[in-house]
Formats: sequence, C-alpha cells, structure tokens
Amino acid sequence: MSGTYQDQIRATLGDPRLQAAIYAASGRLMDHRRAAVAPEVLPDFQELRLQAHLIKQHTLDNLDYYLEQFEQQLLARGGHLVWARDAKDVAEFVLDLARRKQARLMVKSKSMTTEEIELLSRLEPQGLEIVETDLGEYIIQLAGERPYHIVAPALHKTREDVGELFSRRLGVERVSDPEKLTKIARAALRDKFLAADIGMSGANFLVADSGAVVLVENEGNARMSTSAPRIHVAVAGIEKMIPRAQDLAVFLKLLGRSATGQPLTVYTSFLSGPRRAGEIDGPEEFYVVLLDNGRSRLLADREKRQSLYCIRCGACLSHCPVYRKIGGHSYPWVYSGAIGAVITPQYQGLTEFPWLPFASSLCGACGEVCPVRIELPKLLLDLRSEVQKALSRQSVNRLERLAFRLWAWVMCHPRIYEMLGSVAAAAMPGEEAKDWPRRLPAWLMRGPLGAWFSQRDLPPWPERSFRQAWRARVRDRSH
Amino acid sequence: MPRESILHQVRTALGRSVGQPAAPAPPPSLKTPDADAEARLESFCRELEALGGKAWRAASPEEAGAVVERLVAGRLAVASNAPFLCECGITSLPSVRAGFTDPAALREACAAAQVGITSADWALADTGTLVMLSGPEEARLISLLPPVHVAVLPAQRMLSGLDELFTLLPRPAEQTSSMVLITGPSRTADIEQILVRGVHGPGEIHVILV
Repeated sequence: MSGTYQDQIRATLGDPRLQAAIYAASGRLMDHRRAAVAPEVLPDFQELRLQAHLIKQHTLDNLDYYLEQFEQQLLARGGHLVWARDAKDVAEFVLDLARRKQARLMVKSKSMTTEEIELLSRLEPQGLEIVETDLGEYIIQLAGERPYHIVAPALHKTREDVGELFSRRLGVERVSDPEKLTKIARAALRDKFLAADIGMSGANFLVADSGAVVLVENEGNARMSTSAPRIHVAVAGIEKMIPRAQDLAVFLKLLGRSATGQPLTVYTSFLSGPRRAGEIDGPEEFYVVLLDNGRSRLLADREKRQSLYCIRCGACLSHCPVYRKIGGHSYPWVYSGAIGAVITPQYQGLTEFPWLPFASSLCGACGEVCPVRIELPKLLLDLRSEVQKALSRQSVNRLERLAFRLWAWVMCHPRIYEMLGSVAAAAMPGEEAKDWPRRLPAWLMRGPLGAWFSQRDLPPWPERSFRQAWRARVRDRSH
Repeated sequence: MPRESILHQVRTALGRSVGQPAAPAPPPSLKTPDADAEARLESFCRELEALGGKAWRAASPEEAGAVVERLVAGRLAVASNAPFLCECGITSLPSVRAGFTDPAALREACAAAQVGITSADWALADTGTLVMLSGPEEARLISLLPPVHVAVLPAQRMLSGLDELFTLLPRPAEQTSSMVLITGPSRTADIEQILVRGVHGPGEIHVILV
C-alpha cells in the first residue's frame, strides 16, 4: 500500500470525532434500510432483488441494442445524444456547448459520474462558473473536497464544520443550527438556479423504450436544475440503461429503501426530451451525454460484468466494517466501500491499487444488502487472485512467492513441520509474555512482517502441539 | 467517431453483431393489490402525514375551495391551469394568480409567490405520492418554486402504488416530457443526518382529496 493511503487511513482511525461521525451516520443508514425492507413492509423484497438482477443482466448482455433504442427514442422526442469515450470528450462537448450558447453559469445536481471524470476541474479553468446544488455536494464543493459517501457526500462534516465553512466562503454570520445552515444554502442557490443558462444532472436510470432520464432526489435541486435553465444536459454512464419504463416499478422500490430507507425519495423525475408544444415550462434543449470511460472494457469479462449492475445506493458502503473504520476518503477513487474496491481495479488497472480488493473482511454483508444482487464478496476474491497473478507476472512479490513455496514444501512434509514447530516452541516466550509481538526487535518490525505484527496479539505457544496431544490421546484410548 | 467506437467496443465485448436483436427481456413484474377505495385514501393520508405533509378530505369541490382559501390566507399564490381548480373556485380567489401560458411570466410569478396550487394526475396510496405530468394544464415550477405546495385532486385518482401507475401508464414519454413523483415535502439530511424540510422545493405540502 502506498504511503498516501496508509497515512489517510491512519489519520481516519486516529480521529475519534471522525470515527464517531462515520459510525453514527452509517449506523443510521443501516437501521433505516433494515426497517424499510423488513418482511412486514416489503414482503417481496427478495423477489424484487432477483428481478432487478435479471433485468440488469439482460440489459447489459444486450447493451448495444438498448443504447441504439435509447438513441432512437431520444432523437424522436427532440433530444440530442452525445457519445463520450472519456472525460475529455465530455468536457469538450460541454465547453463547446457553453461557447455556442454563450452560457456563463451552470447549476449542477448530484452525479457520481461527473465526479468520476472530475468534470468540474476540467471546466472551471475555462471560465465557466459551475455550482453544485445538492446541499451535501455544495458543502463539499465549498470545502474543495470529494464526496465521502455515494448518498451522503458530507457525512464526515459536523454542523460546526459547515457553519465555519459557510461563514468563511459565503461571508455569512457563523451559525451551527442545521436548519439555519440549510436556509443559507437555499437562499444562496435560489439566485443561481434562476440565473443559470445550463442545468446539468446525472441519471439514476436511462430508459431505453422512452429515451428518458430518471432522477431520484430529496431536495428538489435536480428538479430545479432540469426545469429552470433553458438547457438541460444529463451525463450518464452507458450502464445506467434499463429496457422499459415499467421496470422502474422494480428499481424505484429498491433504490430509495436501500440508500436511505425511504420507500420513495421525495422527487422522482422522468424526463424525456425538451419542453413540448403546449407545455408551459421546461428546458428548450435537452442533451444526454452517454459516457463509456472504460465501461465497455468491463463488459468483456462475463463474470465481472455484474459490477456494472450497480445502481449506486451506497448500501455496501454503509454496511462494510472496513468502510466504517477507514471512511470514504481512504479509498483511491470516488467510488468507495465494497463496490469501490471491486470497480476501481477494473477501471484503473489491477496493479494500480493492488491492496484495494483486500480492504474487506469478506464478511459478506455487501453481497447480502446489494439490491441488485451483485456477488461482491465473490468478485473481491476473484480480484484478489487476479491481483496476485498480475503482481507475480511483474515479479513484484518474488520474495513472497519464495516464502509461500517454502511454506508449501514444509506443509507437505509433516515430520519437518513438526520439528520446526518444536524449535519455534522452544524459542518463544511463555505465558507471562502475552504481548510478545509488541516487543520484537525493531529490524523485524519493518516491511510486511511489521504490518502484520502491528495488528496482532499472538497467544503464547502451547506446551504441546496438536499432533502431540492427538498422539497422546490415541495412546490413552488404546490402553 | 465516438458513437461508432463505443458501439463497436460494446459489441466486441459482448460478442454481438451490428443490428442483432435483443434476447427476450424478463417480463415486467407488476402486481396491483386489491384494496378498497377507502383503505387507499386512508393509507395515502397516513403516509403523507408521516413524511410531514398534510392531507385533507373534502366532500365537495366547494369545500375544497374553502380549505384552499384558508391555507392561502391572503398570501400571494399561483395556480395551475388544471380545470379542476377552476371547478373548485380556486382560480377566482383574490390573491391567486392563474392562467399562465408564457414561461417567463410564470417563472417570475412562481419566484415571488408564497403558495403554488396544482392538481395532480394521480396519487399513490402506499407511499403518499403525487404523480404530475407536465402539459398545458400543469407546469413544473408551480409545485417547485413557492415554499408551500397545495394540490387538489378528485379522490378517484388514487392508485394503489407504482405497479398500478406503470400498468396504466406503460410509456409516460408518449404523453409528456416530464413526469414527476412527489412524495412529501422537500428535505435533506446532509448535515449530521438531521432532517431539515424545505431545501430547494416546498417545505410544506398539503393534499386535498375531493
């Protein structure tokens, strides 16, 4: 693990206030979800999960077909489709659009996809003012950070943090009451909504048979961003596709419940094209940017294709014991938790962050809560094995390979194993020195051995090995 | 061309060829439970109030009009062009402005108004949700910009839930460019997960079932 992440993890673990904040927030999300999917309130939860899995599987297995259907439907309703291979394509399109339409101000609703391609940092230097309008994202934007959690981006900030931030960045009086802070943000953003030329959103779903973008939110900022400005641009990964509007009956029931425990979020918008003849308001122009950015590469692996079924509910973050300790910023990419550990190596290269698939206790909670039944623990294991193979090919772990070969040889020779065992037993301190790993000489505490010992409290060596005890037992019995 | 290159990569990854039809999709699963009309209305009111909204029952359009008059209480209000509001006598209330067809005028009125009054195409009993299709009768901003949203609709428009909605309306895009489901007042929990109502949308919502 490289130093940056190790330092970040240490800092998070060593900050009691942050630990308490993450634990409380993720704990509440867990409680809310559990209540919302309980058999008394949602008896067919498991059938819904299966149905969602099968629909996603079908869509991705036939993705080219649905992409073309989506395109045809969108164009028929007067929308525009922009295909983007990567972040550069998206940024170029938006800048060109802004130039052509003489747009200066863009309001934006929450989107993990635009975070993924770091769109803001590509657009802002070009003179375009962009304002995040989801309260959590607005806080994060003012603080110059990246989201801490898929559905709760400012999960790690206390009210005092936000009060201090607002007073510093917005020049308002310092308050710490969440209600007052929300009012400040409402007032500041209201003017932006009404003045903006372009509203940008992500998409929770793309509906192929309708050419529609579906947005799920609680605050109303996505509705504002897509209703008030004269241009709406939605940026979405190609994997967000579902075949039919009717499939939403399944996905909407799962998404809100899994994310925050809400049967439905406050607003669900189903948007297909610009304002039509007779409609009084709504955008005059409607663009959907379909982003690949490595997704088509992930499709090729039949087993791991299911990583693309994710609907970004964040349940596998809140339920992950590792996420709950190390927090969202200790992961190298915008996607954290179990799904982050699964997709980051696939997008960014296996050996870029080789430790990532190991950042899991394999307790299986992520797989159990996933609303679309992605086999996350299995994918983590597969990736671990691939990472090891890739590192072997690069001969990064030659020493480790040698060690394991030696270990395998010892394990295949019981007599030698036993002999080494008794040598070790003789060398080890006894009962009185339980914390002996803490007192190892410094040279032993360097490198992987040190990392291993630093987290472990080894019990003292037993007087008799299992094999010796077994032999004694067999001897006693035969008498 | 990005279009061709993305489609080509997707097809190569999936082992599919140009123009190849999709395998049959899993059939949609839509189940509409049997519940009598009264049980649905009760469920709607219970769910909406649990979210911090307020549900009203009115015996007649006139009664609904009277409730709206009390709720508006002389404040500046904007009403949509839904004929049902006219039927309830809402559009002729003194502080209510209605009949907008120009987007700029509507936007200005909504930004200044304290109350937005609309009808709704349907309501969903099991979640306390309003379903609104944008069109000549309903605009998007009336239920969004003013801090208070009042919706008035005939009780017969109550559906059981999402399954019934998508059974009746399998392709919403054929009717409107914007369908929105509204479930309770606008809210956030982004600061320490403390619930605050009325972030960008209305913090207060009243639904009057006639």
